[in-house]
Amino acid sequence: MKEQRARPIYRIAEPIKNLAQRFVYLGLVAAAFALMLLGKADVVLMERFRTHVTDAMAPILEIVSRPADSIASVVGQVRELTRIRAENERLRADRERLVHWQTVARHFEAENKALREMLQFVPGPSVGFITARVIADAGGAFAHSLILSAGSHQGVRKGQAVITGNGLVGRIIGVGSRSARVLLITDLNSRIPVLVEHSRTRAILSGDNSDNPRLILLPPGETVSPGDRIVTSGHGGAFPPGLPVGIITNAGDGSNAVRIFIKRQQLEYVRVIDIGPPAALPSQSEAEGLTDRAAGPGEGEQAAVKPSAQ
Amino acid sequence: MKPSLWYRMDVIARRLTPFGLTLTLVLASILPLHIPGYARVVPALPLIAVYFWAVYRPNLLPAYAVFLIGLLHDSLSGTPIGMNAVILLVVYGAVISQRRFLVGKPFVIVWMGFVLVAGGAELAGWSMISIFNVTISEPRAALVQYLLTLGFFPFLSWFFLRWIRIFLEM
Repeated sequence: MKEQRARPIYRIAEPIKNLAQRFVYLGLVAAAFALMLLGKADVVLMERFRTHVTDAMAPILEIVSRPADSIASVVGQVRELTRIRAENERLRADRERLVHWQTVARHFEAENKALREMLQFVPGPSVGFITARVIADAGGAFAHSLILSAGSHQGVRKGQAVITGNGLVGRIIGVGSRSARVLLITDLNSRIPVLVEHSRTRAILSGDNSDNPRLILLPPGETVSPGDRIVTSGHGGAFPPGLPVGIITNAGDGSNAVRIFIKRQQLEYVRVIDIGPPAALPSQSEAEGLTDRAAGPGEGEQAAVKPSAQ
Repeated sequence: MKPSLWYRMDVIARRLTPFGLTLTLVLASILPLHIPGYARVVPALPLIAVYFWAVYRPNLLPAYAVFLIGLLHDSLSGTPIGMNAVILLVVYGAVISQRRFLVGKPFVIVWMGFVLVAGGAELAGWSMISIFNVTISEPRAALVQYLLTLGFFPFLSWFFLRWIRIFLEM
């Protein structure tokens, strides 16, 4: 092995190089801090940056999330095979029960229709769906969000509600051209206007990065009890009312924790609810009576987007 | 004799792999794996990689690469942009400054070093997210995440050490 002699030029250059490296290092730390502060001051700019990065990575995430999905589904199928008999039994019982409910629902539907005609009730905006695949389940212990494979090209817009068959998943907070970010209802920054279903008490569902978000801002004197169903209230206009959210688990200790209906690990495909632009809402015949209503969702969307600015 | 172009490109490609591996771990940590409860406590895989390369091959993962990795992690995972960049850079700087105590030591010592560093990083992350949002983030998830990260460290380190032996010792 050859040993290299320290030439004079190295003796001078080495400390300078070290110093330069140290400056670069400190500069990078300062830059990272500055970005954090900038993110607090100028939310829009940072979210745009985030959206661009996410959009650029979306095709890669799209590809790598597929094998993960198929492995998970194979595991799921094997697990299902082992209890297929019990599952059948349960489904048969469920079917009996649901046929009964179907009859009840038909009856109510007819009754509802009749009552609406009597009251000349103006129905809310029609609702469309955009189905999207979950391509990233991001966050860890500090933030709870998903990245979806649909973006503004597919009609996804900021503030829209995201659901599965089980219930509310969250709200769209960032939209790129081919990807979108969903803030889960468990995230620290999530605030959703909700109702206690049977008492119609209004409240806000507030996430804290735990599995169970809490009800806050209950009107004074109002209480909830375990087992109460929580649904979206539709206040603010961006969310349709009545989407199932969860069930109160404990109310005694003042925490008002809610066990949510969705299971995060099962989110593979979700539906984004598209209420439609306000201008498209009133049909020709209803347009006259609707002017004040039609303005609602537009304002509401801004109001609902606002909490994400935190 | 001047090394051929292919040889030089090969060397450059090999020297880029620590950065590439760390980027891959950023993506791996946001994959939807559909394991119950996992997404909330997903281990800090990029932190393991940054610590490892800072100890064993700091010249192959320079500070600006760590910065970029942190920014990508923040952008994708939804944490405030800059937060993970700060944490990873501080970890990187701390390890580099204490490198002489870690290099050539048995693996257990390196792991113990990681226990301390990762603890500091997790605490910093938890405090920053709580201060940033002016509310207390759930601390239990952070604790579980920390323990999982410690558990993943030997496996990833083993893989990285093999990687060094196969691709980087030339």
